[in-house]
Amino acid sequence: MSKLNEHCPSRLHGIWALTNRELKKWYKAPVIFLLSIIQPIIWMGLFGRAMNIGAIFSGSNTQDVIAQLPPEIVRTLPPNFSAIMQNFSAFVMKGTFGASDYFSYMSVGIIAFMALFTTMFSGMSIVWDRRLGFLNKVLSTPVSRAVIVFSKVLSAALRSMFQAGLVLVIALAFGLQFGPSFNLINILGVFAIIFLICVGLSSLFIAITIRSTRMETPMAVVNLINLPLMFASNAFFPTKFMPDWLQTVAKFNPLTYTTDALRQLLIFNTDYAQLAWDFTYVGIFAVIVATIGIILSWRFLSK
Amino acid sequence: MSDDVINVEGLTKVFNKHLAAVDHVNFSVKQGEIFGFLGPNGAGKTTTINMLITVLKPTEGKASVLGFDIARQDCNVRNVIGVVPQEYTADEDLTGLENVLLCADMYGIPRDAAKERAMDLLKLVELTDFKDKRVQTYSGGMRRRLELACGLINRPKVLFLDEPTLGLDVQTRAATWDYIRKLKKEYGMTLFMTTHYLEEADALCDRVAIIDHGKIVVVGTPEELKHSLGGDVITLSIKENADVSELIRTVEHVKDIKNEDGSYRIKAEYGEVTAPFIIEALRRKGYTVTKLSLTEPTLNEVYLEYTGKSMRDAEESREAFAAQRITMRRARGG
Repeated sequence: MSKLNEHCPSRLHGIWALTNRELKKWYKAPVIFLLSIIQPIIWMGLFGRAMNIGAIFSGSNTQDVIAQLPPEIVRTLPPNFSAIMQNFSAFVMKGTFGASDYFSYMSVGIIAFMALFTTMFSGMSIVWDRRLGFLNKVLSTPVSRAVIVFSKVLSAALRSMFQAGLVLVIALAFGLQFGPSFNLINILGVFAIIFLICVGLSSLFIAITIRSTRMETPMAVVNLINLPLMFASNAFFPTKFMPDWLQTVAKFNPLTYTTDALRQLLIFNTDYAQLAWDFTYVGIFAVIVATIGIILSWRFLSK
Repeated sequence: MSDDVINVEGLTKVFNKHLAAVDHVNFSVKQGEIFGFLGPNGAGKTTTINMLITVLKPTEGKASVLGFDIARQDCNVRNVIGVVPQEYTADEDLTGLENVLLCADMYGIPRDAAKERAMDLLKLVELTDFKDKRVQTYSGGMRRRLELACGLINRPKVLFLDEPTLGLDVQTRAATWDYIRKLKKEYGMTLFMTTHYLEEADALCDRVAIIDHGKIVVVGTPEELKHSLGGDVITLSIKENADVSELIRTVEHVKDIKNEDGSYRIKAEYGEVTAPFIIEALRRKGYTVTKLSLTEPTLNEVYLEYTGKSMRDAEESREAFAAQRITMRRARGG
């Protein structure tokens, strides 16, 4: 085959051109670009500040609760109970979330969440390209089929990496606290794990949409799997309090490993063995799904 | 084989196991000619072009473009051809120049060379002044010209045009024809085009294949095809109330005659020469010709003869299709 195709440009040519085309749609459209920046701020403001779990155990809340208790129960409590509770809450938070405040825990989850949302659109854009004929034109050029798919994957990954960096900066401004073992090299790790999960998820969504000629079907599928994937993970809450069946789902969910890796890198006292396993799991997921995506592209992009 | 740029043998495409969109088609296109594929809606024109440009895989049969097999050497084929598709495929969100450069990248053309070629091509299609405007703001004619520029970026030896003037107004259509003629004349390019405009095939194509129900019914130059109908049509009326059919039939070159309520419809070869003889024959027998008209056959009649359909029906549904495309584009543009 390679001998027959000797006049062809390299297998990878065109990948940057097609990736850049996708990215241009994003950074050259001020509204879309602005929205993609505002979105994480809103999510963080809503989720992180609305669900102030740490405050449940705070001194003032404990006193409010005590005030409503029947006197016979109050009599059994030690006199300095609210002080004890306040002290204790720090340990509860630490033990539950591995961080002293829920905001730090959650804002890292938002990074994973943004990656999930961004990658969804990579699948949508292949349907647009098909409907508007752009796909047909690319197919009649010497660009390899795999490159067409992979440029979408790559652009989604690059967008997510940019957004991850942005969310991190915003989260820091809102009060994210780094873990004790954090150093600047960990930031590279953050981008690496975001890249891996985006390659995986984006390939997954493209595999779903690659045969579609209409928007409705992939839209419905994406909506169906999007939120369950999010909540059946540790992105917003630790899995250990979930029912067994849900824990099992979460255990296979690559987002769980992504979020854990992000937390190990940013806010936890890093457990390197766990971190290595997180990377391995997400990496294997990415390789398998990307391979499936490329095989499907050979099969279905030419009929 | 030597000067055949495209060679097609028994090419077949079956959709859903039993719908033969293209059914054992054979033809060849010579170096430097404009070859037209003419047929009604759904005849298999676009399916054929999509197989030749290696976007669709044939179910059966063989085809080669410049000696490269479309199934086994698809990458080589893609490298030497240019395609101007039926739809407007340019990216709306990018400018005209960016679109042409994107096409260049897909052929792996180095940046410097690509820029130079892009500017030349934009000049050729008269879009230089609009090169930095987004395609969103382009008119239909400008988009079509941009498609042409994109299709030429790799300096193709064969250019495939799928309905190049679909949905364009008369003026823009004429301008597009000029570009196409220019390409043939200045670059010696071989062009393969599909069209449903008969006058387009007549004006542009060196040879035409009429395709219907996935089969080629006839191939030839527009002249040959018209000639194959048996010549011109002479219509005449006489003053007297008599049937002169048999008399006219005796005139040389008259092939067929029909009396339609005193108006005679005569098929004759070399109509302009035969007509005076008919008048003379009638005058000698004392009849007076009151009206006479001479029509040379158009491709429309050829088309009617071979497909049994008038072109108008097909044309209307095509226009509706083009309108639908435009609506969809607007929907996207928001």
